[in-house]
Amino acid sequence: MWPVRRKDKRDDIIMPKIEINKERCKGCRLCVVYCPKGCIRLEDFINKRGVHPVLFLDKDKKCTGCSFCAIMCPDMCIEVYK
Amino acid sequence: MSKILSKPKSMKDSSTHYCAGCGHGIVHRLICEIIDELGIREETIGIAPVGCAVIAYDYWNFDVTEAAHGRVPAVATGIKRVAPENIVFGYQGDGDLAAIGTAEIVHAANRGENITIIFVNNAVYGMTGGQMAPTTMLKQKTATTPLGRDQKTHGFPLKVCELLSVLPGVSYAERVSIHSPQNIIKAKKAIKRAFQNQIDGVGFSIVEVLSQCPTYIGLSPEDSVKWVAETMIKEYPLGVFR
Ligand SMILES: Cc1ncc(C[n+]2csc(CCOP(=O)(O)OP(=O)(O)O)c2C)c(N)n1
Ligand code: SF4
Ligand code: SF4
Repeated sequence: MWPVRRKDKRDDIIMPKIEINKERCKGCRLCVVYCPKGCIRLEDFINKRGVHPVLFLDKDKKCTGCSFCAIMCPDMCIEVYK
Repeated sequence: MSKILSKPKSMKDSSTHYCAGCGHGIVHRLICEIIDELGIREETIGIAPVGCAVIAYDYWNFDVTEAAHGRVPAVATGIKRVAPENIVFGYQGDGDLAAIGTAEIVHAANRGENITIIFVNNAVYGMTGGQMAPTTMLKQKTATTPLGRDQKTHGFPLKVCELLSVLPGVSYAERVSIHSPQNIIKAKKAIKRAFQNQIDGVGFSIVEVLSQCPTYIGLSPEDSVKWVAETMIKEYPLGVFR
């Protein structure tokens, strides 16, 4: 039987990610503009504030966890994991 | 995997009333991160201005009071003198500090009060609807200068750091900007130094932060940030003035 490859710590280490508070987000797009890897874009839906919040989309695993998005966000909507 | 960046403890969970992209939120967060890092949340007393940041006490998770328009340095002086063991900082906009409150800031600085002032210069009165501030750029259109600021009628942009830097009471005056992640990191260093100075009893410290008011600069958040980088910095050079 092939050993089942369990998700281990290393998987996480090489895949930094961000989490976005979509109800808090004001859709200012500063994170979109300042992400050097183009990993953030606008959602299709509209949140309770009446704006399109942002979405983290990193299919190619480009995110380096540089935190530029969270540093630029005026509303503390982004948490960065690395 | 661990969280490397999230909301500081000194910041409440409430979301702010600021317009999308407004620089006040960034400056609020920097102050809170610094208070967390210095471990002074229990000792800190903030003074909110009149201006868009008037209800900063709803966002900051430490003691905060509010001063009449422009009177932040006077209130900070009083609090610091009766409670010298507390860390007292004032937060002011450019209408608050550089127009109605010019006398208060000059004299607090000249007395060398051991307080910290964070001065958010967004080149306009935000709260009242985008009127000209003393810091408005020449040719900048505002609600009260619809044809653009003209020095013959309205005078020149007021350079607060340069002005205060000649006063012997001032220990530290630096101008920073928040138009990019790199600059935000530099701004944080400057604000931290201004707090550390007070802890060390060094004296009066002021950090002027060039910031964007997308609503009354009349640009999108990203273009207003570029405007700060391209237009404001030319008039207001960054650096340590004292
Ligand atoms: C004694 C007094 N005069 C005038 C006002 C009206 N007023 C409220 S906020 C403000 C200017 C605020 O501008 P600024 O300090 O640049 O802060 P911003 O809103 O841009 O953050 C003025 C003139 C007032 N509240 N009290
Ligand atoms: S910077 Fe913050 S508020 Fe602005 S779009 Fe990004 S997550 Fe939303
Ligand atoms: S009016 Fe300007 S300073 Fe006031 S919250 Fe809106 S963007 Fe910020």
